[in-house]
Amino acid sequence: MSNKSDQPSVQRRQFIGGTIAAAGALTLAPGVILHAASDGDKATSGASSKHRWGMLIDANKCADGCSACVDACNSEHGLTDLGRPETDAVWIRPVKLRDKQTGHVDRLVMMCQHCEHPPCVDVCPTNASFKRIDGVVLVDRHRCIGCRYCMMACPYKARSFVHEALSEQSVAAPRGKGCVESCTLCVHRIDAGEMQTACQEACTKEGHGAIVFGDLKDPNSEISRMLKSHNSVQIRADLELNTGVRYLNL
Amino acid sequence: MRSSLISNRLLIILLAALLLPAMQAFAESRYVTKNSKAASMESCVAPTDVIRRNHMDFLQHSRDDTVRDGVRGLKYSLSECIDCHASRDAKGQGVSVTAEGEFCQACHGYVAVSPACFQCHRTTPEENGSGNSLGYRLDAHSRALDLQQPAGR
Amino acid sequence: MSKMYYRELYCGSPVRFWMGLTLLGAIIAVGLGAAYYMEHQGHWVTGMSNQIVWGLPHVFAIFLIVAASGALNVASIGSVFGGPLYKPLGRYSALLAIGLLVGGLIVLVLDLGRPDRLIVAMTEYNFKSIFAWNVILYSGFVAIVAVYLWTMMDRSMEKFKRPLGFAAFFWRIALTTGTGSIFGFLVAREAYDAAIMAPMFVIMSFSYGLAFFIITLIAAYIWGDREIGVYRLTKLKNLLGVFVGAVLYFVLAYNLTNLYVAQHHGIERFILLDGGIYTMMFWVGQILIGSIIPLFLIYSPAFENSRWAIAVASIAVLIGGFFQIYLIVIGGQAYPMNLFPGKEIIETGFFDGQIINYVPTFPEAALGVAGMAVSLALVAIGARVFKVFPETLED
Repeated sequence: MSNKSDQPSVQRRQFIGGTIAAAGALTLAPGVILHAASDGDKATSGASSKHRWGMLIDANKCADGCSACVDACNSEHGLTDLGRPETDAVWIRPVKLRDKQTGHVDRLVMMCQHCEHPPCVDVCPTNASFKRIDGVVLVDRHRCIGCRYCMMACPYKARSFVHEALSEQSVAAPRGKGCVESCTLCVHRIDAGEMQTACQEACTKEGHGAIVFGDLKDPNSEISRMLKSHNSVQIRADLELNTGVRYLNL
Repeated sequence: MRSSLISNRLLIILLAALLLPAMQAFAESRYVTKNSKAASMESCVAPTDVIRRNHMDFLQHSRDDTVRDGVRGLKYSLSECIDCHASRDAKGQGVSVTAEGEFCQACHGYVAVSPACFQCHRTTPEENGSGNSLGYRLDAHSRALDLQQPAGR
Repeated sequence: MSKMYYRELYCGSPVRFWMGLTLLGAIIAVGLGAAYYMEHQGHWVTGMSNQIVWGLPHVFAIFLIVAASGALNVASIGSVFGGPLYKPLGRYSALLAIGLLVGGLIVLVLDLGRPDRLIVAMTEYNFKSIFAWNVILYSGFVAIVAVYLWTMMDRSMEKFKRPLGFAAFFWRIALTTGTGSIFGFLVAREAYDAAIMAPMFVIMSFSYGLAFFIITLIAAYIWGDREIGVYRLTKLKNLLGVFVGAVLYFVLAYNLTNLYVAQHHGIERFILLDGGIYTMMFWVGQILIGSIIPLFLIYSPAFENSRWAIAVASIAVLIGGFFQIYLIVIGGQAYPMNLFPGKEIIETGFFDGQIINYVPTFPEAALGVAGMAVSLALVAIGARVFKVFPETLED
């Protein structure tokens, strides 16, 4: 890996020469230069269809009163609490359930389920909601016009709308007023090769280990092995969305 | 008639004589803010004239690669623009590139073009924001490749 | 039948026209100011939230868009189905349709999170999205109806009138199908996800559009000191009665289906019994004001030739229609999604399982009303510069 500012000064001097020469080069060059943009020497290879990222959440291990994963998610992505729960962004949320018949109580966390057939992607008029080739469902904020149709369509209520102007966002998660957003499965970490989401890291650190993240297409990954040996469920399985997030003991 | 023609010609020559050095000086000048990393560097990631003219295209091209295809660490990266070009205040804190007279604002204010980038992207270098800076992540990436990716956690 | 002359609509007094236009302009100005305020501050200043993502502006917008396609019906009956009584009303019908649609679209666009990026909606299409289709359907509607209006007004274009009338008619059916499908295609929420939404929206558009047509027609003829015959109004009134009845039938079918399916008992209980304000809106707004009162006024022999009864019935249909859309848009979101069947939610970080309270704010209402004002202003200006109204509509 060479260092970042590797432009030799000689090359620059040659290139500029005089203002006229530079102007001539500029009028000819743009098309060529544009393509040069994609071959930065430290660029990663990007998402691959060899993987499908997913998560497994064990309802038995999700501890009462714990908010480690939520806090970690908030700090990782710079989600700030403005004291307005109706409009504050929520990417991951704890839910506690009681069975109406049996009284059995479950606790789990809900977030974007990263469906194989995501309704939010179907309804998005501008292709801003999209599914990456490795199964991560994202919002491309460069295209989102803020129509909120995806929020109407999501069966998991996983999405939030940014209701106010923001500043000092996290570099990992640029976000701004008027766009919709949701759990990114810590895609910035995945792209950097770090196989651990912020929520999983926090949950493990707390000693609960209720969240397992991994590659659903790799039969040897922990998540695949656990899914094979345990009975897991999808939330709203009736919709046949084939979610990337699954639950144990629910 | 004739005399006015001459004076017109004279005027043009005079204007050109005045403007050319000014234009040349502008093209040669380096607008970098004091106390920024960029101030200590010879050149940007591409020759200054190229960057001046095409930075928006570079960034626009990279953004789709990164957001939609997950390609990171491209040569042209907005967060690196900010890291390098934001000036530092007396306490060493990064100053917003969109503040009055700062790197992005200075030119964009002059040409009356408002960049939409900063409705979503931060305008100051991220100091130690929970270890999210791209450099750190990419180091992790190369580590992970060397280690052959341990399964699961 | 004697020859029909059309003339620009001049008010009895010019002052009245300009005062009216100024008033509409003021309402529009307030609405634009409200939109700017909401966009500048962000949507947190509205009653909308992450739970109620579409609020009052959407109610206004959808109401106007649905009514727009219905307003074209009179023209369609005239040139597609050959109803001689309706023919002289065709031009105004087309003008009103364009006006209502533009008013609705303005509200829709100004409530986007990023209206400045509207261009993206025209350069990036996801053809699986009914919204993307609607962008085409709505703009196409304006274009087709504008040309249709031209063929009705220009004798040299007369030969294209019928084909364009047909095109406009099918396009408007597609448009309302598309609008209804916005909700029909949503599997997530219990109030939606029903194929009946599309035809129900079509029939709703017939009803609201005709009501809009009748009330503005009467107003225009009073405004311009022109005559309008009772016989013609009675014809329109009877048609309105059929449409109101048809809407009621669709509402019945929709609710009966839901009542039969155990999974949907919750939402039905919410609408019909214990939904508080939404239950009120259904029974009082939609059923009493929007259906029973107009049906009574339309079919009671006591009001057979009363213009006022026709006017009041039309207004009641519009009020009821507004509540109906409100109930569909807001009520459908206020009722919680059932993520965990058979379980009750005892703790949540995101309002799961709770009925959501939505209180619209003034800016939202101002934007919505401004949309209506845009429609009326366009119609007022259009009627003034084009020959859309017959000099007299005496029987």
